[in-house]
Amino acid sequence: MAQFISDIPQVFWDGLFVGSFYALIALGYSMVYGIIKLLNFAHGDIYMVGAFIGYTILTAIGGTFHMLGLFALIIVMMISMLITGVIGVVVEKLAYQPLRGAPRLAVLITAVGASFALEYGVAAIASPNPRGFPVRLDGDFVLVLGARVTIPQIILMLIAGALMIALDTYIRRTSTGRAMRAISLDMKGSLLMGVKVNAVISRTFFIGSALAGAAGVMAGAYYGKIDFLMGFIIGLKAFTAAVIGGIGNIRGAMLGGLVLGLVESFGSELVGGQWRDAFAFAVLILFLTLRPTGILGERVTERV
Amino acid sequence: MTIDNSTESIHTVEGGGKKRGAAAWISSVFENKYIGLVALAIALLMPFLIATPYAINIMTTAAIFVVLAAGLNIVVGYCGLLDLGYIAFLAVGAYTAGIIAKAFELPVLFTLPAVVIMCILAGLIIGAPTLRLRSDYLAIVTLGFGEITRITANNLTITGGPSGIYNIPGFLSIGGIDFQNPIIFYYLTVLIVAGLVLAAARLGKSRLGRAWKFVKEDEDAAEAMGIHTYKVKLLAYIFGAVWGGFGGMLFASHLTAISPMSFVFLQSALVLMAVVLGGMGNMKGVVLGALAISLLPELLRDFAAYRYLLFGLLLVVVMVFRPQGLWPPRGAEAERTKAQREAAAFANGLKK
Repeated sequence: MAQFISDIPQVFWDGLFVGSFYALIALGYSMVYGIIKLLNFAHGDIYMVGAFIGYTILTAIGGTFHMLGLFALIIVMMISMLITGVIGVVVEKLAYQPLRGAPRLAVLITAVGASFALEYGVAAIASPNPRGFPVRLDGDFVLVLGARVTIPQIILMLIAGALMIALDTYIRRTSTGRAMRAISLDMKGSLLMGVKVNAVISRTFFIGSALAGAAGVMAGAYYGKIDFLMGFIIGLKAFTAAVIGGIGNIRGAMLGGLVLGLVESFGSELVGGQWRDAFAFAVLILFLTLRPTGILGERVTERV
Repeated sequence: MTIDNSTESIHTVEGGGKKRGAAAWISSVFENKYIGLVALAIALLMPFLIATPYAINIMTTAAIFVVLAAGLNIVVGYCGLLDLGYIAFLAVGAYTAGIIAKAFELPVLFTLPAVVIMCILAGLIIGAPTLRLRSDYLAIVTLGFGEITRITANNLTITGGPSGIYNIPGFLSIGGIDFQNPIIFYYLTVLIVAGLVLAAARLGKSRLGRAWKFVKEDEDAAEAMGIHTYKVKLLAYIFGAVWGGFGGMLFASHLTAISPMSFVFLQSALVLMAVVLGGMGNMKGVVLGALAISLLPELLRDFAAYRYLLFGLLLVVVMVFRPQGLWPPRGAEAERTKAQREAAAFANGLKK
């Protein structure tokens, strides 16, 4: 027990760090769900695609990276964000838009199909074997209250935080953000009020997918290994984070990501790391049955 | 709109008469009530055509896959509940059969009561808390349960951890006759599968089956008409679980070794694909879909790398262009196209 107490700062920091990844991906889930009530199963796979794009670019520029350092990684991340954003929009146009207004079951099945196509498309192009990421971010650490905190961890968290603040401001302050909120309240009403509904939905997909792509590059550089199924589990967990925070709620998704990271970190410290994933899903099931609206969510009723 | 359609059909009657006759003939063949018996006869005669161990192995696997698709069809096709963790029931059935058969040196068939009980329990545990949820939450929770089942099997000692259970005893042996002989096992499997498919089809036409379809079409209306929707949905789930358990028992016996790797999400997705492709709710279509999904990869060995990519794209294409599946249940078609028309109208409005 004394061991556990002395570990608390480390476990706390690890949870917070993983949680910020979850939060970045959860944002995309939450935005899309908030606007068109679609559970985008392919979202986790966009994260995976982002990691693979980062891998491809970094391998292509090869040795020059070390001279440029972290700055180059951020540029690569931005290119990945652009490409994954476009992929997200294409998936929406091809798979989801034709089914607007169709029964829920049909759209859910389409989403599973899109996820499958992305996973095995990447496996077919880039071979199904795991790849080592050409760049590893492991640097010096500083001790904060007994927790080992590495410099790259701090930088990645700062990037994640900056992206989230930017998104939050975008949604609260700009006219597109207002349009998004309007559509999530009443799609037909916004249409009649002159909101370009399809354009705004496309933009939502772009932003959500770009954030997932950023998380993919960051995770690749941090963990050092990528494979075509890496988006499956983390997609599920990001969804869990979105539900914990209250799905459809942007700030809730950020909070949910951090909470899930912490819960998972402490949970696996207490019951063993091999139960880590099972623990996260158990939290999801508990939340859905006991408080389906999440921590910050409003009351949602199923519309007929 | 209706007037347009009828004049159009008058004009095309003479020109398209022949084609229509052919289509009518095909549909009369497919709607023939003996088609199930014909399919069974084909399945029983197959070993006389090709009896290589490889072919028998593949046909047995396909037959087991048909049971899974039939079970998932009860949940997704009849009742409209999207279950993305269906393979968990296959796992429960296979592990129950494997563990008990091995511990008591029993033929696998004798574990049937335990398998059924465990699957009913699993269906209750997964279904009871989740079936009150919104439909799309249900999908992701079942996905989570599927993963939890696999992780649990991977971490417990009784399930043999990552290496699983091997040397599972034979399916049945009476006197000197060993029913584990591949061809005898194939026949046993086909007969069990045929019985289960028939039972599932009859179930769909029963009072309970009509309640399921009502819940699928409009849950609130069903509730208002006095159907206890929660109970009805839970029953669909439990029936699906038991069918999955039968599949698991046959699976364990067929492979004689099981490990957590056999129960990944990919397998759940493949079963779902069979149900969707064949036509949700129509047992004949689902059987055909299951055979297609399990046998096509054997024919398309050269495209192995693109197989699952193709399956994924196929799911999207089927849902966009023919959401009722290739062979939908009778009567569903008209309704679906109406729903589609409404959806299209809504989408058109969005394009302006």
